[in-house]
Amino acid sequence: MAEITLRNIRKSYAKTEVVHGVDLDVAAGEFIVILGPSGCGKSTLLRMVAGLESITEGEIELGGRVVNQLEPRERGCAMVFQNYALYPHMTVGQNIGYSLKIAGVPRAKRDERVGKVAASLGLEDFLDRRPAQLSGGQRQRVAMGRAMIREPKVFLYDEPLSNLDAKLRVAMRIEIRKLHQRLGTTTLFVTHDQVEAMTLADRIVVMNKGVVEQVGSPAEIYRRPETTYVANFIGSPGLNLIAATADPDKGKVTLPDGQQLSYDTKRWPDVGYGPVTAGFRAEAVRLAPGGITGSFEFAEELGSGKLMHCNFSGHTLIAHAFGDKAFQQGAAVSFQIDPSAVHLFDAETGKRLAEADGSAMAPEPRKAIAATLSV
Amino acid sequence: MIERAPVLDFITQAILVLSLVALLMPLWVVFVAASHDYQTVNQVPMPLWPGSHLFDNLSAAWAAGNFDRVMLNSVIVAVGVTAGKICIAALSAFSIVYFNYRLRMLLFWLIFITLMLPLEVRIVPTYAVAANALGPFEAILNAVGISIHLPEWNLLNSYSGLILPLVATATGTFLYRQFFMTIPDELAEAAKMDGSGPLRFFFEVLLPLSKTNMAALATIMFVWSWNQYLWPLLIVTDHANYATATMQLQKVVPGPLFGAPPIWNTAMAANLIVLTPPVLVTILLQRWFVRGLISTDK
Ligand SMILES: Nc1ncnc2c1ncn2[C@@H]1O[C@H](COP(=O)(O)OP(=O)(O)O)[C@@H](O)[C@H]1O
Ligand SMILES: [Mg+2]
Repeated sequence: MAEITLRNIRKSYAKTEVVHGVDLDVAAGEFIVILGPSGCGKSTLLRMVAGLESITEGEIELGGRVVNQLEPRERGCAMVFQNYALYPHMTVGQNIGYSLKIAGVPRAKRDERVGKVAASLGLEDFLDRRPAQLSGGQRQRVAMGRAMIREPKVFLYDEPLSNLDAKLRVAMRIEIRKLHQRLGTTTLFVTHDQVEAMTLADRIVVMNKGVVEQVGSPAEIYRRPETTYVANFIGSPGLNLIAATADPDKGKVTLPDGQQLSYDTKRWPDVGYGPVTAGFRAEAVRLAPGGITGSFEFAEELGSGKLMHCNFSGHTLIAHAFGDKAFQQGAAVSFQIDPSAVHLFDAETGKRLAEADGSAMAPEPRKAIAATLSV
Repeated sequence: MIERAPVLDFITQAILVLSLVALLMPLWVVFVAASHDYQTVNQVPMPLWPGSHLFDNLSAAWAAGNFDRVMLNSVIVAVGVTAGKICIAALSAFSIVYFNYRLRMLLFWLIFITLMLPLEVRIVPTYAVAANALGPFEAILNAVGISIHLPEWNLLNSYSGLILPLVATATGTFLYRQFFMTIPDELAEAAKMDGSGPLRFFFEVLLPLSKTNMAALATIMFVWSWNQYLWPLLIVTDHANYATATMQLQKVVPGPLFGAPPIWNTAMAANLIVLTPPVLVTILLQRWFVRGLISTDK
């Protein structure tokens, strides 16, 4: 049964609409990550679920009950804020136990539960400290403890890891994942960081400008982006996108400078003549003679390989290359792109073109190691 | 800014020391005058070193000024005004910052504008209201056509008359508003998620967090209300029961007979008595709020 259901949720501030009709079903126990750039309405959406923001239009159901008119405390959600929002004048123990105190749980019972939650987060030794005397990671854990102690039906996280340094962020990410495995609580997690989204989510909701672009598992979103926006946003680097003209008879698309790229006609049976947007991953590009050619600009070293930026009839195209081959700026580089790795999108709407059944999850080929220069 | 300019350093230090001396000099004179007997203090020039009669003068002044009673009055009034101001300031700022209602900004500006109308400016109407506190309501009711006669409620010669008209405070509201606006919204939201209502949030989160703010406000307001002179003078005619310490000072100054030289030594001793409580409060609360600023409960 769906634990959270959003039906055509809209939000306007004064006259400006910032969330334009979001629909979503979240199964009990699912870990959903809402991913999108800053300002796209992720927090607004989350805060509407929490009850901190009024809902302009649409319905939110939690556990089968419409909660639009309910106060935050009646909704059974707990929230972890980006800046932790701990009560500065209370100790760690008081912070964690505050909701129980408000609910009138007697002192002894409260202390016992606070102790348990603190122990599960490794905070036993800090119960008498103030938040100011804790490190960022510890504060984050206190914030999580404060959410956990209420045994909520839904956890809401609003960019909880953004204020931590890179190492701690990875560690806390793992802790959040483990916590979810242990408790199995339905979770909505907002972030702008795609690595967080990929590693944490059962399903990702990609948002852009108040609209949901795609909902899917991390692998689906990476392998089969529904729109050019998602294609470009996910992956690092994002999908290479080039305006092209399709010729379904030959199974090729013609690029602006006349060079041609083959695509898999079995996978894209319904492509018509005319403009499309072609895309492929940097990882799917092989440096090999006899393919399409462009000129080398510069390379980003990754350690495991490098990202080669090449100019290609006005587009910058990024290839993930292995090997130590060095190139001069302006040198001609030839690429081979496996036809099965080419994605096609509608040139106007940016929507993915219709594919034949069964090809939905065609795996991306891992690219070959050899990198050769051709002239 | 770190600069090496010895000459400039010297000049600024010198100005600092001179201003300090200029500030402390009158206090020193008060202290010295309070410690001599009647003859010595009236010599010309007056000695600049303390004499041995300080305690005699203090007890003489205490008796002459009926300070048993008036000090108590002053403490009641100053504490009442300070407490009242803090309550009103915190509550009104809470309403203005945390609640969204239509007349919010209008109310804020109305309160703010009263900064321009200190008691001295509106003293006559304020006196009229104090003389008949329900009068304005009666007038309003009569004006809208409800003909009613409210009982007369007179605040003259009472503690409420001394306290209530001084309690309204735009400064305090403004200070508290600025403080509340520095508190992140998420704190209120976290409290909401934890199930706290607005009043609980006010008492259990906002007030404890505003401790240092409150100490600062209390210091300023205590000293201010202790030093009130015009209003108590106006509203109190029953001097035996309701005079405040500052009012009483004037009575200690002139000599017992018209034309006799003022008894400066007792008058200055009375001065010392009257200025002690505000100084104590300042020292006490200042230490407290400095400690609050240093301890990192941010
Ligand atoms: N209280 C508000 N009043 C007016 N506009 C707001 C308010 N809160 C957010 N917005 C606007 O709504 C949009 C979405 O904000 P938000 O949900 O915070 O984005 P995100 O969390 O994805 O970065 C932004 O354009 C922001 O300017
Ligand atoms: Mg946000």
